[in-house]
Amino acid sequence: MSDTRFSEEYEGPLLEVTDVKTYFETDRGVVRSVDGVSFTLERGKTIGIVGESGCGKTVLARSVMGLLPRRGLIREGSVRFEGKELIGLTPREMRAYWGSQLAMIFQDPMTSLNPVMKIGKQITESIREHLDVEKKYALELAESLLRSVRIPEPQRRLDDYPHQLSGGMRQRVCIAVALAAGPKLLFADEPTTALDVTVQAQVLDLMAEQQRERFMAMVLITHDLGVVAGRADEIAVMYAGRIVEKAPASVLFRDMKMPYTQALLSSIPKLADASHTRLATIPGRPPDLVKPPKGCKFAPRCAYVQDRCGEEEPPLTPGASAGHEFRCWFPVGTPEGADALARNVERRLPAALVLAAADTVEV
Amino acid sequence: MLRLIASRILQFVLVLWLVATFTFLLIRLIPGDPVDVIVPTRRIPGSVAAERAKEVRRDLGLDKPFVVQYVKYLGNVATGDLGRDYGSGRPVTDTLKTALPVSLQLMLYAQILALTFAIPLGVFTAYRAGTRADRAVNATAFGMLAMPNFVLGLLLAFIVGAELKWLPTSGYSPGWLDPLFSNRTMDLGPHIESMILPAFTLAVGQIAVYMRLLRSDMIATLQENFITMARSKGLSDRRILWRHALRPSSITLLTVAGLNVGTLIGGAVVIEVIFGLGGMGKAIVFALNQKQYVSLQSLILVLAALFVLVNFLVDALYTVVDPRIRRARAA
Amino acid sequence: MPAPPDRPSDSTHADGLGRDVLVERPSEALLASELEGLVVDGELIPVAAIEADPKAHRHKLGVGAWLAIVWMALMVGMAILAPILPVGDPEETISAEEIREQGNCVTVERLGREIEQCNIAARGPFADDGGAPGYLLGGDGNGRSMAARLVYGARTSLFVATGAVLVGFVFGGSLGLIAGYFGGKIDTVLTGMFNVLLSIPAIILALALVSFLAPQSSEGAGVDPPWWRSSSMILIYAIGVVAIPLLGRITRAATLTWSQREFVLAARAQGAKNARIMIREVLPNVLPAMLSITLLGIAVAIVAEGALSILGVGVRPPTPSWGNIIALDRAYLLTGAPHIVLEPATLIFVTVLSLNYLGDVVRARFDVREAGI
Repeated sequence: MSDTRFSEEYEGPLLEVTDVKTYFETDRGVVRSVDGVSFTLERGKTIGIVGESGCGKTVLARSVMGLLPRRGLIREGSVRFEGKELIGLTPREMRAYWGSQLAMIFQDPMTSLNPVMKIGKQITESIREHLDVEKKYALELAESLLRSVRIPEPQRRLDDYPHQLSGGMRQRVCIAVALAAGPKLLFADEPTTALDVTVQAQVLDLMAEQQRERFMAMVLITHDLGVVAGRADEIAVMYAGRIVEKAPASVLFRDMKMPYTQALLSSIPKLADASHTRLATIPGRPPDLVKPPKGCKFAPRCAYVQDRCGEEEPPLTPGASAGHEFRCWFPVGTPEGADALARNVERRLPAALVLAAADTVEV
Repeated sequence: MLRLIASRILQFVLVLWLVATFTFLLIRLIPGDPVDVIVPTRRIPGSVAAERAKEVRRDLGLDKPFVVQYVKYLGNVATGDLGRDYGSGRPVTDTLKTALPVSLQLMLYAQILALTFAIPLGVFTAYRAGTRADRAVNATAFGMLAMPNFVLGLLLAFIVGAELKWLPTSGYSPGWLDPLFSNRTMDLGPHIESMILPAFTLAVGQIAVYMRLLRSDMIATLQENFITMARSKGLSDRRILWRHALRPSSITLLTVAGLNVGTLIGGAVVIEVIFGLGGMGKAIVFALNQKQYVSLQSLILVLAALFVLVNFLVDALYTVVDPRIRRARAA
Repeated sequence: MPAPPDRPSDSTHADGLGRDVLVERPSEALLASELEGLVVDGELIPVAAIEADPKAHRHKLGVGAWLAIVWMALMVGMAILAPILPVGDPEETISAEEIREQGNCVTVERLGREIEQCNIAARGPFADDGGAPGYLLGGDGNGRSMAARLVYGARTSLFVATGAVLVGFVFGGSLGLIAGYFGGKIDTVLTGMFNVLLSIPAIILALALVSFLAPQSSEGAGVDPPWWRSSSMILIYAIGVVAIPLLGRITRAATLTWSQREFVLAARAQGAKNARIMIREVLPNVLPAMLSITLLGIAVAIVAEGALSILGVGVRPPTPSWGNIIALDRAYLLTGAPHIVLEPATLIFVTVLSLNYLGDVVRARFDVREAGI
């Protein structure tokens, strides 16, 4: 497997996302899907972006990659890839990056592959677009790609159509397609959500392996904290278009501060629980992105909510460890937070009761 | 797979039989007596005319019981005997040999022209959906749909034929298909000249329909995930449109274009009359005018059979275009 | 069956030859979200302006719709009020004396001499030789007033078109309703009948029907047939019969979606008779969808009447119809009096355009909410 090309000139981080905003103009108003997100990513590292459906993570990924339809789109902020600014480039200019520098795999492998095109063709297409090689060589490359993603009988598979493969295999093919031109950065948007549980781990392991071999950076997007545990170097938790907590993985699980993160973690069912343990879900639903409420966006569903939360939106404040940021007035694990929770339990706030009933979170 | 083909063929034969029966009934159940038309003054009994009428009746087989007529008819059709013109004795198959290739070529040219314009327009308007260009093209298409094809034909004949004198306004010269059917020889230049205006007239109405169909399917396809995936691979928009989006979107277009083939053959009647082409349409009109019901019956039957055959082929073509259907059918 | 799939369809288009084409939209989920946006992972990614007709989703009618309504009102008004409109007699040739009396003779140069021309035959409004003064729209090949012929022609054409669609609607509609509601064997038989009729190209079928239904020569030439066998009525029967399977199939598709719904089951559970359910529960819901088809159908029937006129089996002259005015004098298009063809052609074009537009507007209004139809 060839190493991805090195760019000798640039010394800084591979990807710098600074205060990116992505809004859509619709009949109902302006939908603020991504409302000021920042993070950086170095080569070979993985950042996990975690959040519920509707929090803006998919829009973020597509926005950073520049894949959103342009009509009615408002993009602000800065996305620097190897120091070069991507926001403001036309799709034509972006094509120089797509496939060869940036790649993406999507949630549902069945709909990500062209149903009427052979798999081999879909891979070689990418290869021949970016590398000036002959068809024969491209096919060989495709075959070895399929082998590297552990697809049995790769040569035969080249002539197959997507519907002839199982879900797990299809996702592997998508990975092969995405990696065909040797990109430096891979966005994986809920790569395992549509797959069987047994297959999920395999695909994730495969992706990690490819990443190591190619020294590739990865943005792993999911709603499942369990997926990023142990696989991401850094984790960013998103809610209502903003990052509400960001930390190196170990720090996050050990020392989470934002109640939403805690709620997410406690909603994962654990094997150690007794059977029939009630799942701790987060009550309520995400806010309207056209007219978001004042103050903290998570306040209506938060177990720690106090009056201040409804008035002022908390800024990103650094935490105890390096690289840890969070947005909360009454964070978890602090005296103010504990007081707030106690008060809410007394008031019989549903979210607080749910949390109190759940086991203490330990990782 | 074989079972599938067999069942399709069975359906084909069944429909043909039904249509043959229908045409047979149509002609026999209408008010008035066909003999009346051939020998109008037979009312006076005992006259020469009355005798003649009896002869005619016998010749046409109309004196036999209904059921016998029907069986004889089916038998004839099955063996390929499509009857003769009364009076001249000219077999219908002769009429077919000259008329059918004309209609077939006209229909083919019209379809090719229509698709040549409609496909790029459909792709373009889907790609640029919602823009002014799209709206302009759609409005024009709408207008084209409203224009009756005979009016357009007359206008084209007027403008291009009479005023500009670029092309002939009527008449037909044999083309490449004619030698296969009859002993006419191809006269390519004049053939093309004589076919351009009628083919174009027919095509215009289809362009609007095909374009809108393709556009609507393409717009839906362009929103699918695999298109975004293709974009994320760095492929050019052009490649994506033509190599990725077009094929899955063309199914409805294919169905309609295929079904239209049969309709076009018959529906081109008016165009054939306006431009003086001796095709199936003209033949049918002629048979009607001359009250040649036997010919008429057979001509309509042939048209219907063609239509059914085309549908059958279109169905088969589906599986080629979309491999998923191949699998679903086999299951 | 060779005919197109009989599944309930999502939308219908009128194709260039006047056949309604049933089209299935490929992605039902996208239908609802086409204007709001794509729903991806629960997040809204708007995809703006997909539908070409944004007017359909506001509650007011657009300019286009009003124009169309006004035009149709004009045409229908003209048709109904023809006898009392001051356009003259469409079947009477305007004599030379009358023109002289009106002072509308023109002086023309012929063979070096100046002579008086008191004839409006084939004289158009913009002709070189002074036109046909006093007759705004010129005269036809026989010297009859074009204005009068066009107005009365509207009457005939609209009458025939509406009548034909009505026949199709009533018979086709009821058969479709029955087929869709009862399903099973009844449905198979009826659909089979429809398909057989549809295997014969429309024009050919109409042509055959008209020719057969027309009075035979032995029944006494020169004697006017009874009103229900006049050429107009025969056209109505013929075009109507052609329309029956088309409207039948559409009604059937609409009925199928509706008759599965709960309120029908509820009515049945209450012991209501089938006929009652059909008429009182299903029909009112099917009707709005049929309205747009009716409008489109009338447009198609107008064109069909024109096509049949060209084939020689249209409304019998001297009664004018837009179609037969074009058909009978079409040679004049090439010989210097194009107005005879162009005037009725324009009327047909604009009328068809208006009907198509209104049909589209009605369909967009109702079908958006009934994605299953």
